[in-house]
Amino acid sequence: MLTINCPWCGPRDETEFGFGGEAHRTRPADPSALSDAEWAEFLFMRTNPKGLHRERWVHSHGCRRWFNVERHTVTNEITRVYQMGSASEAAETAPAAEQAPATAAIEKQGSRS
Amino acid sequence: MTKAEFRTPTGGRIDRGRPVNFTFNGKALQGYAGDTLASALLANGIHLVGRSFKYHRPRGILSAGSEEPNALIQLERGNRTEPNLRATQIEIYEGLVASSQNAWPNVETDVGSINNVLSKIFVAGFYYKTFMHPQSFWMKVYEPVIRRAAGLGKAPVEPDPDFYDKMHIHCDVLVAGSGPAGLMAALAAAKTGARVVIADEQNEFGGSLLASRETIDGKPAADWVRDTVEELKRFPEVRLLPRTTVTGYYDHNYLIMAERRTDHLPRGLAPKVSRQRLWKVRASQVVLATGAHERPLVFADNDRPGVMLADAARTYANRFGTLPGKRAVVLTNNDSAYQAALDLADAGVAIAAIVDLRTQLGGPLAAQAKQRGIRILTNSAVTATYGAKRVTGVDVMTINGSGESVIGAPTKIDCDLVLMSGGWNPAVHLFSQSTGKLRYDDALACFVPNVSMQAERSAGACKATFTLAGCLAEGAAAGAEAAKAAGHGEGEVPALPSVERTEPQQPIRPLWVVPSTDLVGHGKAKHFVDFQNDVSAADVLLASREGYQSVEHLKRYTTTGMGTDQGKTSNVNALAILAKSLASPIPQVGTTTFRPPYTPTTYGVLAGRDVGELADPARHTPMHSWHVAHNALFEDVGQWKRPWYFPQGSEDLHAAVRRECRAVRSSVGVLDASTLGKIDIQGPDAAQFLNRVYTNAFLKLEIGKCRYGVMCKEDGMVMDDGVTTRLGPNHFLMTTTTGNAAKVLDWLEDYLQTEWPDLRVFLTSVTEHYATASIAGPKAREVVAELAPDLDMSAEAFPYMSYREAVVAGVPARIFRISFTGELSYEINVPAYNGLYVWEQIMRVGAKHGITPYGTETMHVLRAEKGYIIVGQETDATVTPQDLGMGWVVSKQKPDFIGKRSFSREDTSRSDRKQLVGLLTEDPNEVLPEGAQLTATADGHPPIPMIGHVTSSYYSETLGRSIALALVKDGFQRMDQHIFAPLGGKTVKCAVTKPVFYDPEGVRLHG
Ligand SMILES: [Zn+2]
Repeated sequence: MLTINCPWCGPRDETEFGFGGEAHRTRPADPSALSDAEWAEFLFMRTNPKGLHRERWVHSHGCRRWFNVERHTVTNEITRVYQMGSASEAAETAPAAEQAPATAAIEKQGSRS
Repeated sequence: MTKAEFRTPTGGRIDRGRPVNFTFNGKALQGYAGDTLASALLANGIHLVGRSFKYHRPRGILSAGSEEPNALIQLERGNRTEPNLRATQIEIYEGLVASSQNAWPNVETDVGSINNVLSKIFVAGFYYKTFMHPQSFWMKVYEPVIRRAAGLGKAPVEPDPDFYDKMHIHCDVLVAGSGPAGLMAALAAAKTGARVVIADEQNEFGGSLLASRETIDGKPAADWVRDTVEELKRFPEVRLLPRTTVTGYYDHNYLIMAERRTDHLPRGLAPKVSRQRLWKVRASQVVLATGAHERPLVFADNDRPGVMLADAARTYANRFGTLPGKRAVVLTNNDSAYQAALDLADAGVAIAAIVDLRTQLGGPLAAQAKQRGIRILTNSAVTATYGAKRVTGVDVMTINGSGESVIGAPTKIDCDLVLMSGGWNPAVHLFSQSTGKLRYDDALACFVPNVSMQAERSAGACKATFTLAGCLAEGAAAGAEAAKAAGHGEGEVPALPSVERTEPQQPIRPLWVVPSTDLVGHGKAKHFVDFQNDVSAADVLLASREGYQSVEHLKRYTTTGMGTDQGKTSNVNALAILAKSLASPIPQVGTTTFRPPYTPTTYGVLAGRDVGELADPARHTPMHSWHVAHNALFEDVGQWKRPWYFPQGSEDLHAAVRRECRAVRSSVGVLDASTLGKIDIQGPDAAQFLNRVYTNAFLKLEIGKCRYGVMCKEDGMVMDDGVTTRLGPNHFLMTTTTGNAAKVLDWLEDYLQTEWPDLRVFLTSVTEHYATASIAGPKAREVVAELAPDLDMSAEAFPYMSYREAVVAGVPARIFRISFTGELSYEINVPAYNGLYVWEQIMRVGAKHGITPYGTETMHVLRAEKGYIIVGQETDATVTPQDLGMGWVVSKQKPDFIGKRSFSREDTSRSDRKQLVGLLTEDPNEVLPEGAQLTATADGHPPIPMIGHVTSSYYSETLGRSIALALVKDGFQRMDQHIFAPLGGKTVKCAVTKPVFYDPEGVRLHG
């Protein structure tokens, strides 16, 4: 069972959280402008990487906040936890390197943009 | 009586002053406190303890620990009976009752041993080959026969009288195992002030030291153990857990341990504590000191009772004062068996010969054996064993140059004990569970931990360090390092205790199959690899020839490594034989994955107290006690207990529901609707937010008005529905279905927090803050009017789909004029603590109208008569609002809302999707089963295409006939046509209708 470091509450057992799938899949501002193929891409396609994966979790049985987690899908190591809309969310759009840093960091800089 | 001839005169960790009486297969026996069942049986001269799984061959005790594959025991009877326990782990207690398994009528005369004669058909994969055809034979003939012949123990059929607990702890350092490495690790970590937990599966700490004659710090090893344990107990942050198996190692250093608290005590007499406890540990650092398992040798007929692992025999002699035989032959490929031979010789066992597969001797142990006159035969093999229920002798021959065969004439040696040692396997199970990567060590011929994936480190024999000095040093270093990594100390290693100098071991000769006169699989002899599953070397070779050359395939085809021991003694031998047959190096063939639990674990300890009523929380409405007092039967909706129906007298479900339906349609009924999800929505952007999540418009909803809404996911499929009411300019109350309340809240929060953080909206679940009574029927207005005299109840002042605040029976209330029955209806919400009182007032005032409480079943019938959907019954995440004929709830004007874009996708916009229709059976008394499949034609040969299924089906008291709702392909185009429901024996003809059966104009609603 994972330990997830909620940016608001601190480290808690995985059972307190709900999983929300891949992060940074922003809902298109104007879905009607998209072709069927583009809309299907948004609806159904995910990167499913072997390595670092950025994903959304919600602290369902805690503060009820959604936030982002960067987790290695092979080792389950959590390398980063950061709030929605924090500076690092905006900065990091490319997939991170395969090699995971040794320790998990919490980033709280910046509030929701 | 324990027989003196099988006991050492003194010594061991048994208490000769405390005899313990027990029975085995109905025979009264005696052992001593401190014995395991295995040591007590051996002390009574009993080796034959079971029959093997497939061939029903007589089997004895192989090991002295949890790796035991043979000596499986059914312990106790009745409600405390437990199958598949290992005799080597059962601590005996007064009155213990044990019996053998897998033998009928008994272990001495077993009918199933005919399988041994027929063994040619029981080769690898025999299930697949023999029992394949015809298919109908499988259920009727093969399966029952196999089950009867091949059972392990029997599960108890009565409820468990004991209770179990769970513990949740955090620690700095968890040490698994309490041998020399584990104890030193715990000590080193404890000295830094770290919080340490040390657990061991055995009844006392010490591991291999309990059976050792070595000295530490000048005293017997067991005394050093005792002193070290005493020292550990003095640290306030150290927790010592004997009889506790670290059984699972999961992500992020989360481990579970199973502690047996009373299993060593007479049954039913234990103090009132839980029988077992499951410890859930989050450890900052872990030290694995789990020791090693001795490997059997794969030689001809190596499974007779009396053939035993060499170190196990040593353990019986040194730790339990038990002599497993009088005259032993030792077969080995390494040095460790010499220590066993010397210790047994000292204990009084005659060592007839040491048969060593190696060509050359060396080292001090061999020298000692030679010095004592023990006959040593090098470059030799045991090629046959004799005896039926107990070994009586062996043949020994010289190995040829290649090591593949034997030469010369056999020498027969009489014996009643054969001790074997094929080297040692580090117990890497927990390391492997932690996803650590193993490496094969050629020199030691075993797998060792290589790359750690979690915050753990191995020390001692589980890392293939087999000297006492090495184990102590590695343990101390690992403990200090773990503590430092957890933030305690600087990694200082405490002074190591002094031990006698040990000479380096001579190299092992790994002959994975010991050669004999016949090639493997050709003679009558069997070379067992996996004793529990009766898998022989010939089976492994056959599997390899038939193409099962991956180790995972081998495992499943031959069943090697399965069963209750999970191949602790067999995996590496099987793998090595497979590798040899493929002429591949062992590491290339791989190793199977070790999975939790390390040893079998009871369901009881996994469940803990979460059984019976505590298995899942039950949620009760404020009116629950009234429902109970009025005979309600309950239905589980999520965790809620909802009244299902309220039978009167001898009424069954159907009679009660008909009466309840009549009451609502003709007079008035009342439903406890408190369980519907309620979400309070506030903020300047609340209307905007609702406008985006519902398919219909909410921006302009007037204050005091209610609106029904449907929510879809982005894929356009219906997710939930409910009525939302505008309480104020920036204040709404949303209702959700009972089962989806939590999911909808999470989902709304998701959009607010991640997609639209600019919206100023706040969501609060208020489901449990309000009690809701839904009063429905033509007399509903009169009931509410009497309860709320200050409220203008006229249709003009309080119209359908509107909301008023009023005082109801003296309690401030919210009243919603909404309906799920098609009748004039009011939902009264009051603070939860007033719910029961207001309910009672409703019943009191309604009595003159014959007010009738009704449950969910009547609610379902009434709403189906109106064609109102239930999300999750009429929908299944593949249904759009348009499929439900509810295009009217989907806004054409709004530029965007969740799901809108998907309605124009090719698949969602086609016209022949499955659509919601009504069905009327030709026979009005025929009630279709819900879920029934539907076809376009009445007959024909299968496969007949299915065009849909029945989603709801009831007998309608109002209409005097059955009604059904169904999702049917191209249903809208099939109006007034007939379709069919094939129901096994008959086919039911149904007319397709609109899904609204009653009052389609809604006259009654607006009345
Ligand atoms: Zn939180």
